[in-house]
Amino acid sequence: MVKPTGITNRIRVLRFERAEMTQADLAERIGVTRQTVIAIEKGRYSPSLETAFRIARVFAVPLEQVFQYSDEEGTAP
Amino acid sequence: MSKLFYMGVGVDVAFQEKRAWIMGAVAILGYAVYLAVVLARSGGGVPLAEVAYIAPLLWTVGGAIAVSIALNIAVAIASPGEADAKDQRDKEIARLGDYTGQSFLVIAAVAALALAMAEADYFWISNAIYLGFVLSAVLGSAVKLAAYRRGFQSW
Repeated sequence: MVKPTGITNRIRVLRFERAEMTQADLAERIGVTRQTVIAIEKGRYSPSLETAFRIARVFAVPLEQVFQYSDEEGTAP
Repeated sequence: MSKLFYMGVGVDVAFQEKRAWIMGAVAILGYAVYLAVVLARSGGGVPLAEVAYIAPLLWTVGGAIAVSIALNIAVAIASPGEADAKDQRDKEIARLGDYTGQSFLVIAAVAALALAMAEADYFWISNAIYLGFVLSAVLGSAVKLAAYRRGFQSW
């Protein structure tokens, strides 16, 4: 059973706002595979803090605008 | 289930996930061939423990390694851009799969130890260890594939 995560993200929206940046583009810029970007976007994988900050840097926004954490642990907001 | 069996539209498979498929499939196939040969040899009323198992064992292990290398090369040629790409998630999933698969190696070692102490035939000792290697590879691959398909949290 996969542990539920309380982390959600706005990567899809942020990519859309950056002229539809592709998942491959983002993957290359943060140094992961395209499949990992897909997994992160869908909430199937929580990246390390290092990768999370790299994603925020690509979009030039604070970390909280990329990732959010729900008030109750383990439940999606 | 659809996620696990690639029935979704636009399925995207990471290079290391393809390698996990190859490892699991080749391990099962190699062992199936070995079992078929050994069981066929004991078909004529020869007791299992007296079957000449060493050559089939070595050939199926060697064959599995060769097929696995060939398939890995074929997959790399099919998608050269992603060949051998491995990131943080791949490494974490690989670690989880190997760690889980290792349990069968320990079980096989304990079984072999018990068989040796009981002075069982070499056939059973060898086969306990071989089965342990196969199950370890199969379980490790299954855990990796589940982690790739259904999601994986490292915390």
